[in-house]
Amino acid sequence: MIDPDTDIGGPLHKFPVTNHSAIINARSDDQLIRRRAFDTILASYWKPAYKYVRLKWHADNEDAKDLTQGFFAHAFEKNYFATYDARKASFQTYLRTCLDGFVANERKAGARLKRGGDYSQLDFAAAEDELAAHAASSSLSPEDYFHREWVRWMFTLSVEAFRERCADLDRTVHFQLFERYDLSDDKVSYASLANEFGLDTVTVNNYLAAARRDFRRIVLEKLREITATDEEFRAEARSLLGVNR
Amino acid sequence: MRWLSDDKLNHLRSVVSEPDFNATKYTFVKEVGRGGMGAVYLAEDRELDRLVAIKVLSTPDTEDLRKRMVREAQIIARLEHPGIVPVHDVGTLPDGRIFYAMKYVRGSRLDEYATQGASLRDRLRKFQAVCDAVAFAHAHGVIHRDLKPQNIMIGSFGEVLVLDWGVATIRDNPCESVGTVVGTQNYMSPEQARGEIDQLDERADVYSLGAVLQFLLNDQPKVSKAAQAICAKAMSQTKQDRYATASDLSTDVGRLLDAEPVSAYRENAFERVSRWVSKNRFLVLLVLAYLLMRIFLIFTSRG
Repeated sequence: MIDPDTDIGGPLHKFPVTNHSAIINARSDDQLIRRRAFDTILASYWKPAYKYVRLKWHADNEDAKDLTQGFFAHAFEKNYFATYDARKASFQTYLRTCLDGFVANERKAGARLKRGGDYSQLDFAAAEDELAAHAASSSLSPEDYFHREWVRWMFTLSVEAFRERCADLDRTVHFQLFERYDLSDDKVSYASLANEFGLDTVTVNNYLAAARRDFRRIVLEKLREITATDEEFRAEARSLLGVNR
Repeated sequence: MRWLSDDKLNHLRSVVSEPDFNATKYTFVKEVGRGGMGAVYLAEDRELDRLVAIKVLSTPDTEDLRKRMVREAQIIARLEHPGIVPVHDVGTLPDGRIFYAMKYVRGSRLDEYATQGASLRDRLRKFQAVCDAVAFAHAHGVIHRDLKPQNIMIGSFGEVLVLDWGVATIRDNPCESVGTVVGTQNYMSPEQARGEIDQLDERADVYSLGAVLQFLLNDQPKVSKAAQAICAKAMSQTKQDRYATASDLSTDVGRLLDAEPVSAYRENAFERVSRWVSKNRFLVLLVLAYLLMRIFLIFTSRG
């Protein structure tokens, strides 16, 4: 039987618990709903988009920053995402194609962008550091690189969301165990974790199982938010999680 | 935010791809195998308090495909035969993946069994049992499509069970779209490897059975030409040249066990005599002993 104590936030019976697609909400006539949807899309894609512009378009960091901000500002103003058709391509591919079109046009115009809007929450410096540290070793095509960075970013966001949720629910031990066992570079055993946290190994096992279950739920919730249809969700789940096995 | 290396990312992907059985009556225990079409997990059925094996298939691309897969699973679940692992339950996980709950079989896989020193006769008898189970499924219109030693279990009491009907299909109603290749290389019929899904029938499984038989004979020191011919016939490149049914293959293997002529091989006079002698060894020895005794008596009486 599942130990109810291992269920973070109470019993988890059904998944996914949310079915709010930002892609669908991006078509809303309600400005507030549309803004929220746009913010979700921005949060999910700005970093892979920035890195992609840096690599594919050989933009310097300031240029790439302006182009990325400009693209999302333009997308909101022109309501790009409302015209997305899930039957034709995944949203990820659609967004990348729009981005390519946008950058090509801007390059053609030759003007340096300075867009309005508040993008202070986007940590371009961190993205630049990651790019400097890891992009040089990548042998992927720009498109595959975009996809891989999007997967990485989705998991990064999910880890942060999981950390916050655990903190809200006073389940920090669950997160700490998950962090030590699944995120840390150190090889640790359940026994050593039990010793470190003053628990028995069965409890460590239960807490970790629950933590992984909830982490999975968060990843899929995030994915559900940025897909438009069930079919796209499943296809992206397969791609994101590598579950076509 | 923490940078996730490729290794960590892959690890998290693997962690997350574990099935979420929360909405079901099963509790995840551990992963026990992984193949091209999905993974198999050991799980506990909380309602019946027993262990089950759950195969989780890869995500179907469309709702229509998902429905057809479930419908076919239901048909497979109706196959009741001692050589076919029963399917207890079919369902869909919250992320859209389809799962089958099956009897958890304790024992050895056929490839493991073959390394445990089983005699040729024992191997052939087990193989016959596999053919009989597959023939039963064929009689109900079900084609397995992924027969291989890893999908055959020898239970603790020597019983033979064919597993993994997860990619099976119903004859004349193939689930996959044309061009989808399922199965395992080396055990897959040529037409299956070419993705000719609409051409698949029982003879695709006959080819795989032939490959399984060849696997069982591979490490045997002395394999008769008749046995080799059975393999060759079952594994003919052209399906019209194969055994028409798994029952026909089983019958030929039975003849081989009984030292009778097999349909796959035309023997010469010497081989016929040799086989007859081998089959009637006791009688031949008796006659020889009698003749020797007579000769001995003749000589002693003359002396």
